[in-house]
Amino acid sequence: MNGRKGTLIFWGVASLILFCLVVIGLFVEEAATVTDFSRTNLPPSLQYPFGTDWMGRDMFQRTLAGLSLSIRIGLLTAAVSAAVAFVLGLCAATLGSRVDACISWCIDWVMGIPHILLVMLISIACGRGFTGVVVGVALSHWTSLARLVRGEILQLRQAPYMLAAEKLGVSRLKQAGRHVMPHVLPQFITGLVLLFPHAILHEASVTFLGFGLSSEQPAIGVILSESMRYLTTGKWWLALFPGLSLVFVVVLFSLLGDGLRRWLDPASAHR
Amino acid sequence: MSLEASRVTFGYGGRKKQMILQDISLSLSPGERLGLKAPSGRGKTTLCRLLAGYEKPLSGQVLLDGVPLYKWRGACPVQMIWQHPETAVDPLLRLGDTLREAGPIDPKILERLHIEKAWMDRYPSELSGGELQRFCLARALQPTTEYLLCDEITAMLDLVTQAQIWKFLLQTAEKRGLGLLIVSHSDALLERVCTRVEELPEGM
Repeated sequence: MNGRKGTLIFWGVASLILFCLVVIGLFVEEAATVTDFSRTNLPPSLQYPFGTDWMGRDMFQRTLAGLSLSIRIGLLTAAVSAAVAFVLGLCAATLGSRVDACISWCIDWVMGIPHILLVMLISIACGRGFTGVVVGVALSHWTSLARLVRGEILQLRQAPYMLAAEKLGVSRLKQAGRHVMPHVLPQFITGLVLLFPHAILHEASVTFLGFGLSSEQPAIGVILSESMRYLTTGKWWLALFPGLSLVFVVVLFSLLGDGLRRWLDPASAHR
Repeated sequence: MSLEASRVTFGYGGRKKQMILQDISLSLSPGERLGLKAPSGRGKTTLCRLLAGYEKPLSGQVLLDGVPLYKWRGACPVQMIWQHPETAVDPLLRLGDTLREAGPIDPKILERLHIEKAWMDRYPSELSGGELQRFCLARALQPTTEYLLCDEITAMLDLVTQAQIWKFLLQTAEKRGLGLLIVSHSDALLERVCTRVEELPEGM
């Protein structure tokens, strides 16, 4: 078994885990909000692996539902961000120096503001909640990918083999399909996957700070910020397990991106 | 019927706005082999890029049969061979695809350039500079090509490969009446292959 096969298997397993998390989370969303005051503040046990909270909610189910929501928000925002990044990067690289200057200025402007602050401001402006978080994260995460796409296409346009193709009479469309896409697409897809962990973490932190999802939604950020009040009274399981599982999902996404990058790397493409 | 540069001035954009080429004129007729020499940094490659239509002169004109070259669309009769063949082929494309990019290549050319069939399925990183340069030559020799600009095309090759490539180029140029512009630092090479040698005057 070579490295490429191993990466592929890892990809399959990791995607399956994430997919299952999303689906299971959707199913337990109802059960996660059930309160039962006969089982409040139970430490982790076989029946309740992550324990229960002060309202008797099963923390395992709440965490699953929260992760599912986080992943869905991550997918949505990463997709929107990536689409914005691709279009703007392409425009900046191909529509002349004025458009380029304008878009580059926007990129610098958005990058100049701390991410979390920008997400908070946009989220508040959009009325918080699901919409606020999605719009906030989507509008603040496209910059680095847009810069990457722009730089890559600009560099390709000056590459001798592109110039040669042009002079040999190869049509624009064929040039784009043959030379540009194979170079840009792997970078773009990798960038897209690596956007997920950022998006998920920012969603959770904004929610944790109280500017994101509302408290009746089973979000990891909500769970963590609520548990803060009970942490000092010894209810350690309220924050530990949801926090760890968030880290687990983020690391999984990050590894997926890294694996993809290695797999699509030009140097390994024909290994 | 010739490739002509008349009073061409050119400099790359930048803060200094320094001109690299100032008032350069030269002409190349079909069947002619013009040698061009100059010390490093005087703009030999830049002149080639202008003559091939990759850049537009700031003043003056590059004319092919009386028509400004940068206006040319589709396959250009002036083809440039780059000094570094590894940059002139797409690293992600099999060489067979690179070669056929602009259209089918006469198998006789491949045979005379000693391009082996097995190389067609390889990627550029698997071949040497000399082997890649053969592909670049074959690719540039489209039926429409009338002029070849050779920018130090054999500078980094061993003597046997150099000899092979020049022998092939001279024969082909002879047969098809191609005009060659040959840029080189080697006086011996220029003396051997060119019909006329010029030195690029100093810019500003």
